[in-house]
Amino acid sequence: MGDLNTQMLDKYRNNFLHEVEEKVDDGHWVKMCMQCGVCAGSCTFGPDWEHTPQKIFMMIRAGKREEVLSSHSMWLCTSCYNCMVRCPRELPITHIMHGLASYAHRLGLAPKNQPTRDFSLIFWDNCTKTGRVNELRMTISVYFREGIVSGIKKMWTLRNVGRGLFFAKRLNPLELFVSHGCKDKDGLRRALKKADEIEARRRGYAVQPRGYSS
Amino acid sequence: MTDVVATNQTILVVGGGISGMTAAIEAAECGKQVVLVEKSPTLGGRTALLYRYFPKLCHPTCGLEINLRRIKSSRNIRVLTLAEVSAISGKRGDYSATIKIAPRYVNEHCTACGACADAVAAEVPNPFNYGLSKMKAAYLPHVMAYPQRYVLDASLIGTPEADKAKASCKYGAIDLAMQPETIEVRAGAVIWATGWQPYDAAKIQPYGYDRFANVITSLEFERLADPHGPTGGKILRPSDGKEAKNVAFIQCAGSRDENHLRHCSRICCMASLKQTQYVKEAWGAGAKSTVYYIDIRAIDRFEDFYQKVQNDPTVSFLKSKVAKVTQDKSGDVVLHGVDTEGYHRYANAHDMAVLAIGMQPSVAGVDIPAEIIADSSGFIESSAAESGFFGAGCATNALDVNRAVQSSTAAALRAIQVINQVARAEA
Repeated sequence: MGDLNTQMLDKYRNNFLHEVEEKVDDGHWVKMCMQCGVCAGSCTFGPDWEHTPQKIFMMIRAGKREEVLSSHSMWLCTSCYNCMVRCPRELPITHIMHGLASYAHRLGLAPKNQPTRDFSLIFWDNCTKTGRVNELRMTISVYFREGIVSGIKKMWTLRNVGRGLFFAKRLNPLELFVSHGCKDKDGLRRALKKADEIEARRRGYAVQPRGYSS
Repeated sequence: MTDVVATNQTILVVGGGISGMTAAIEAAECGKQVVLVEKSPTLGGRTALLYRYFPKLCHPTCGLEINLRRIKSSRNIRVLTLAEVSAISGKRGDYSATIKIAPRYVNEHCTACGACADAVAAEVPNPFNYGLSKMKAAYLPHVMAYPQRYVLDASLIGTPEADKAKASCKYGAIDLAMQPETIEVRAGAVIWATGWQPYDAAKIQPYGYDRFANVITSLEFERLADPHGPTGGKILRPSDGKEAKNVAFIQCAGSRDENHLRHCSRICCMASLKQTQYVKEAWGAGAKSTVYYIDIRAIDRFEDFYQKVQNDPTVSFLKSKVAKVTQDKSGDVVLHGVDTEGYHRYANAHDMAVLAIGMQPSVAGVDIPAEIIADSSGFIESSAAESGFFGAGCATNALDVNRAVQSSTAAALRAIQVINQVARAEA
């Protein structure tokens, strides 16, 4: 993935705004921001993150490529859509934040061990394998992300929830061994492959389709 | 019956604010016959409800007085108040308008002595103070009202109060049997000076206009500063009457926002800059005004005024569109947001917040007859080439008084051309 980053650096030189416009979902909206600050002020995260959307958009214009793409902020977005409904210029702010996160990931610049990013990757792998989410395996993968001891601790804390789910027939232990899935798994894979091809063509990636695991 | 003589050489002016008055006067002084229709009981419109004009900070009374004198001295203008155009048909050079006239219950014998208001106990919300106060149900709209004639609120009719009012009048001016009328007026050209209204502030949900008494609009603030207003010109906040010395001005309240009004209302920056000077006038060095803005649009020659206000130590500027307003226990409003110059998060308490509310056309574009072409905000953009309809003043755009008057003079000239054509054709 590192070489895609080099390619993009070569292609866009110092014009990061142009790069965002061409490569990031809804990136062409960034130039419409008038820096009023309503998104930043409306964000449910308040002061808890470093780069508010307003700031991120200004950093993009200022060409702060490294800082933007390695920022944790896009990954912290909870998709509450408060910024988007209030934006006086109707920028699809939430979508841009997700687009930036996805692009940063593709370039290999996304922050390492970022919990949201890790969760997203685990989720994607899990659900694209069979076309259905195997909740048991996914939960285990997420819990044990930081090692065996912390995984066991987390499971222990939530043991009563697990038991409740089991008795309510919302958790099937056999799923650990056999996943349920959709009917046409091959069809799903073909659809995803096609989507990758279309995206690569549209965004001008000559390289192989996106690998979702990093 | 209201008697109006009008022909296809008459100019009908709809709206009696500063724009309609100007258009009517200009046309009348050129020798044309004018019928001026106003839906409220008085001419003067929103201009009469301002405390001062920018940038010279003079009083609207002055300009209005001159215009009213011109109207009074002109034999060519017929003024109809409490009248609304309900339908219009015909074509350039030959229109016919249906005008509904609501009863005033007071006839031309009225001397504005005020005896009826003294006699009546019932009160109604005062629209000329934007509902900030109540007035007697027998009232003179405001000191500058024209005609200087009292009005009986329709809610009085049929009550003993109405009889008290009638009994108090020495001049036989009160006529409780007055009925609504509908008249037809012919006209060769029509000037639509239907004006503007403030955007509904309650729709800007995060600012809490409908929840917090101390969040008011810029128009209400004009009334607070005006000696004829609800507080006698003292800037007191509505919740508890405390002296409002620390006032926040929130710019672009409703304007430049795709969720509300997509246009820039153009006047609000200057209006807020002007209003900071009201605060200073009231409290001197103890005044504190903070303007929250995206960017200040002090158009053309008003930049000087902006610089003057910038140099005023009682005024500070904070570059940020306020995200949210809350209220603390003391009744102070707390403004939340992030400033654009440094991205600092703030939560600032003020005695009162004034929303620099946006302008929208009083009559939505879609409700104006088909000859009118409205823009995406509902303002009159133009009319079809063969039309005798012309927009004037704030019906055509968000304008200050100065530009509204210019626009109205232009409209009067266009209407006069139509009348001249009609006159030539018939000669």
